[in-house]
Amino acid sequence: MSRRFTPKVVTANDLRAGDVIYLTADGRWSRQHHEAELLEDEAIADLRLLMALGHGDRVVGAYLADAKPGPNGPEPVHFREAFRTRGPSNYAHGKQEAAANV
Amino acid sequence: MYNYSDFDEAFVRARVAQFRGQVERRLDGSLSEEEFRPLRLMNGLYLQLHAYMLRVAIPYGTLRSDQMRQLAMIADRWDKGYGHFTTRQNIQFNWPKLTDVPDILGALADVQMHAIQTSGNCIRNVTADHFAGAAADEVADPRPVAELIRQWSTDHAEFQFLPRKFKIAITGAAADRAVIRAHDIGLQIVREGDQIGYRVLVGGGLGRTPLIGQVIRAFLPKADLLPYLEAIVATYNLLGRRDNKYKARIKITVFENGIEAFRAATEAEFARIRPEFTGVDQDILAGIEAQFAPPAFRNTDPAPFAAALAVDPLLRAWAERSLAPHKRDNHAIVTVSLKAHGATPGDATSDQMRVLADLADRYGYGELRISHEQNVILPHVAKADLPNVHAELLRAGLATANVGLLSDIIACPGMDYCALATARSIPVAQGLATHFKAIGLEDEIGKLKIKISGCINACGHHHVGHIGILGLDRAGVENYQITLGGDGSEQAAIGERAGPGFAYDEVIPAIERLLRAYLALRQSRGESFIDAYRRLGPAPFKAALYPQEARDAA
Ligand code: HEM
Ligand code: SF4
Repeated sequence: MSRRFTPKVVTANDLRAGDVIYLTADGRWSRQHHEAELLEDEAIADLRLLMALGHGDRVVGAYLADAKPGPNGPEPVHFREAFRTRGPSNYAHGKQEAAANV
Repeated sequence: MYNYSDFDEAFVRARVAQFRGQVERRLDGSLSEEEFRPLRLMNGLYLQLHAYMLRVAIPYGTLRSDQMRQLAMIADRWDKGYGHFTTRQNIQFNWPKLTDVPDILGALADVQMHAIQTSGNCIRNVTADHFAGAAADEVADPRPVAELIRQWSTDHAEFQFLPRKFKIAITGAAADRAVIRAHDIGLQIVREGDQIGYRVLVGGGLGRTPLIGQVIRAFLPKADLLPYLEAIVATYNLLGRRDNKYKARIKITVFENGIEAFRAATEAEFARIRPEFTGVDQDILAGIEAQFAPPAFRNTDPAPFAAALAVDPLLRAWAERSLAPHKRDNHAIVTVSLKAHGATPGDATSDQMRVLADLADRYGYGELRISHEQNVILPHVAKADLPNVHAELLRAGLATANVGLLSDIIACPGMDYCALATARSIPVAQGLATHFKAIGLEDEIGKLKIKISGCINACGHHHVGHIGILGLDRAGVENYQITLGGDGSEQAAIGERAGPGFAYDEVIPAIERLLRAYLALRQSRGESFIDAYRRLGPAPFKAALYPQEARDAA
């Protein structure tokens, strides 16, 4: 049996601000993980990553991260990616800070 | 204190202008990230998990009050109102925007600071004993030599592309407060008769393969230092491995070739190049030494301090932990803890930085130091002023009396910030500090060094913690390995792994079992954890960490 492909999202950091961003289905970069495009096919995931790497004038360090479907959109699998959706645990800085202000 | 020469000033300004151009070219797309990355790293700019991070060098841990105020200004204007002091005597800003970094570097240059050589395979920021120039036990102030090494190594053509990064630490005292035995080169200033010289150690380092440095020269005359260092680095450049990043540090070169062979090669190279050093370096050193002349110490009567101690128990508790002997009887060295229980080790808010700068101006001849243990030091305070200093620290929330105790933890940024991390370290440190405060055992336990790293790179020095904690990723879950018996002092030792790792929630209970066992086993209050561990060996401590296994084996 061939190994099943774990779904992915394309993630990176914003070139100017450094903030964590995700590639959406319509080719935008969102700051919200749940707006990312969930890539369930390996070949397509690789293509989307290639496209992201072509956005070098806006983003830095693009890579594929494991994700899973959730009620509001894709959710992170690994704790590292979960931290990246929020910010550090010692201060309410980063995305969680912005989330608290809306 | 050391002031930039015109050369330094022009050099730093040129680098800022150069970097401004590089950032512009990155933003307009003419530089790719592959091209830009090494350039930003050369200027101390990293990309972490949530943002960029700017690492600013604090050479030999010495800061002037105006520099501290400028760091506070930068924190307010371009970051989130705080900075993180690290084990490498740097300050890191965790939230700068790429577009602001050239301005930040300009603001640093305004106070003779920079972020050069805080990254890359070059000779890094030279670290020194944080009590340098003040300690009662020092043979000589190590900072002039640290500055000489900085000048010699900055942009030294031969040493910009070493096999790997290269770290030098120096102390002027036999008591090792600079962890010189865990550095690529460690230097200790020693006296032989009426001659000043250096004890030279080589091949120490932490990270993936922790090793304690070995003595390559027991006594090196003062004038031979630069040629000898150059010979060591040249030998390393020749013998060091570039094929494998994990084998590229000098510690591996020394280990694989053996200290005798490495010494022989170094001594041969030294003999060859020594005649090229005509003494110009010693003239430069004399000039630098003059700039590090001690301040004009005030001659005040320490009696008011003794009187205040007798009536103020808070002052007494703080003084017992925070003061170290100064070379002048009527002065003391004050360590200001950045480890309030529950706070992030090493973080200071901009307000705290300003309070410290003001205290330095009013009571400390304008001088500050940053320790590798992530605290701030007022190196010269007249004893008569200590009650005032304490009162002002209290008001600023900076009078935590825990220096050298359990909660005086070194913790690296770990997975809260660092892109290389395998687990978090900061919340483990916060949790330990608040837990042991809550159960009231911290003072009872006494002297203890806990050090935490969020991955095998060991930026938190966990190998040399009496208790070391290493955060790992085990199948997608944070897991913490505990090492015991490490020591970063002149009795340096690498800690031993105690056994299987602990889940995030199990770490604090495990450390509590370990320390309750220590309290039961120690001969007296005077026997610290590390002393008891040395006397008894690991067995009883492992039994406390793993009670189930101990029962099963019974
Ligand atoms: C973005 C953050 C950081 C990155 C990417 C980073 C990277 C690394 C790496 C890769 C190593 C291993 C080097 C080797 O063994 O060849 C290392 C070691 C080290 N780093 Fe960091 N580090 C970071 C933050 C820090 C901080 C915050 C501190 C101070 C608290 C620090 C101090 C050290 C020390 C003391 C060592 C180990 C000793 C040695 O070099 O032998 N680093 N770091
Ligand atoms: S030890 Fe690892 S996690 Fe901690 S700062 Fe260093 S590289 Fe990052």
